[in-house]
Amino acid sequence: MSGGVDSSVAAALMKDAGHTVMGVTLKLWSGPNGEAPSAGCCTVSDAEDARRVAAQLDIPYYVLDHTDDFRDGVVDKFVADYATGRTPNPCIECNRTVKFDRLLARLDDFECDVLVTGHHARSREAGGVWQLIRGADAAKDQSYVLSMLTQRELSRTRFPVGELTKKQVRQVAAGMGMRTAHKPESMDICFVGQRDYRGFLRDVAPEVFAAGAVVDGEGREIGSHDGIAGFTVGQRRGLGVAIGEPRFVIRIEPGSATVVVGSRDELAVHSARLHEVTWSRGSGGDGPVMAQYRAHGEPVPAWLEGDTLTFDHPQEAVSPGQTVAFYDGDVVLGGALIAGTG
Amino acid sequence: MIYLDHAATTPMRPEVWEAMAPFANASFGNPSGVHGVSRAAKNALEEAREKIASLIGAQPLEIVFTSGGTESDNLAIKGAVLSSTPRQGLVTTAIEHEAVLETADFLKRLGLPVTIVGVDSEARAHPDEIAAAINDDTAVVSVMMVNNETGTLQDIEAISDLVKEKSPETLIHTDAVQAFGCERIDVGALGIDLLTISAHKFGGPKGAGILYVRDGIALEPVLHGGGQELGRRSGTHDVASAVGMATAVESALFDRHRFETEISSMRDRLEERLVADAGEVVVNTPKKGRSSHHLNVRFPGVRNETLLMLLDQKGVAASAGSACQSGAATVSHVLEAMGLTPDEARESVRFTFGWTSTAAEADEAASIVSGIVSRLR
Repeated sequence: MSGGVDSSVAAALMKDAGHTVMGVTLKLWSGPNGEAPSAGCCTVSDAEDARRVAAQLDIPYYVLDHTDDFRDGVVDKFVADYATGRTPNPCIECNRTVKFDRLLARLDDFECDVLVTGHHARSREAGGVWQLIRGADAAKDQSYVLSMLTQRELSRTRFPVGELTKKQVRQVAAGMGMRTAHKPESMDICFVGQRDYRGFLRDVAPEVFAAGAVVDGEGREIGSHDGIAGFTVGQRRGLGVAIGEPRFVIRIEPGSATVVVGSRDELAVHSARLHEVTWSRGSGGDGPVMAQYRAHGEPVPAWLEGDTLTFDHPQEAVSPGQTVAFYDGDVVLGGALIAGTG
Repeated sequence: MIYLDHAATTPMRPEVWEAMAPFANASFGNPSGVHGVSRAAKNALEEAREKIASLIGAQPLEIVFTSGGTESDNLAIKGAVLSSTPRQGLVTTAIEHEAVLETADFLKRLGLPVTIVGVDSEARAHPDEIAAAINDDTAVVSVMMVNNETGTLQDIEAISDLVKEKSPETLIHTDAVQAFGCERIDVGALGIDLLTISAHKFGGPKGAGILYVRDGIALEPVLHGGGQELGRRSGTHDVASAVGMATAVESALFDRHRFETEISSMRDRLEERLVADAGEVVVNTPKKGRSSHHLNVRFPGVRNETLLMLLDQKGVAASAGSACQSGAATVSHVLEAMGLTPDEARESVRFTFGWTSTAAEADEAASIVSGIVSRLR
């Protein structure tokens, strides 16, 4: 229970369905003096919202400390990714390492059968095989951030809210008199809050703010920057160059702290090198896939061979560090992290 | 629910509630006033003060009513350091309650000299180490009588003897919040200048405490205002709470013998049963020199967070460290000061008994704890 309306309603739906429910909020991050985050996601006031909903639903409620797991699995990786010119998605790493790994591992200790979250996704079981499917509300679908889940996780997780549209979720919450019914969604990274991620990185990893050159596709220096961490592939603004035509970050070279900038044509890539490939069913194979390589983007046809994903048509804004999810219609087949492009 | 978190708070004794009731309506007055309504309230307040004073060996005017242990600790320390005397330093120990340690940190940020003396593996501070830390600038030494997490007893008399010998002008404060009700509190015998107690730890109301301030000691107030409590603590008196507290003090003192015998036996029984039935158990509470009602135990391989949740589900209330702002348990600074690693601290749970505890509860709790611990392992 993050304190948001989705997890609040998820708890309510499970209780209404007759299950014995226990609400938990994860403590993932605290500031340098141990203070709780006061902006962004999962703040003290969010925990209070979660607590209040749990009290209203008359379910036990606990706060679980996973700060060590989060620091190791999410924050350290976030910093390391930026330092190596990648663009991380910390919420995906949190799902991979904390929520659906470390937390899931505690279910038996808690004498609980399943983990329930407020993600907008659906899961179905047929013949002993679990499938992860896009949520009913296409605009809110979060299956992309869950694309790393395999049978081990899917068999012990439920996503009740995925069957509803966001509007219906808010209606259910309002109908139950939940104060969080109209709470706006948090779009921030929970450990960054009001500072944007650059401010955070400046504090914890100042080395990613070493100044360097902005060069064109031929290696000619056309400007300078004050840190590769400020850039992501496909980025158009903040390049500090005025050329006349739109220019985009096409590559980040961490070794030399160089940001390579090019035209839209130069931005397009034909393939991506992948790592941490997971298949929902446990194994998958080479062949044609529909690949979604951004959180909000349409899947595009591609061919997967080993750890190389070749797009049928050149794609822009394929960022190392981001996730690519493989779909068959609305069913998630698996996912991977983008290691590099070509 | 088997409630074994009396160190956090205790249920109110029925006679306390009864004593407080008239002050909601019938005797509602503000003691600071000229008319009969005020005078009646004043009378009740002063009777409460006298009762408390006589029961701890103090004079009535040496008792300052506060809102509880935290405020009393703040007043004792800030009051001594920021008073008009030239001395501005504080010496205290690593195992004090946050009310003392956070106050110490505040003073440090103001640029004042603060020394934190370490403790041994039983959470005990050595009197000579405390005395050694004192210098000409030390305004006050603060050492708690019984530690709230482990129940470790400090030798306050020995500490005060050594401190007074080395530096007669240094004030000695003791936070007796966890001690009151199980240890004998006589301010003369203890040789201390300032003493904190908190009513809700021994069956009294929450929001009520006292600071004993030896006659002749001038403290800078923490709360400035109307000048109540001889200027030492401004704010309209909560007469109901003061009366309730006085009743609780009396009841607690009558109960002290039962704490020393029966309740202490319940705690010992829980300890024996856990050591016998719960597999590998390390007792953090020292064998000797401990309170009558604290038991802090470590269950290697078991996360206290999980154990406390499951105990809650099975009807046993216990605790570990203190809760942070978001509600998650924090790692105990007391256990760390004793030499436990953060992981070991995270395997430790505190059980504390109180005036409502029974021997049957001790046994049943032992069975429940052992059952959960075995399953988790």
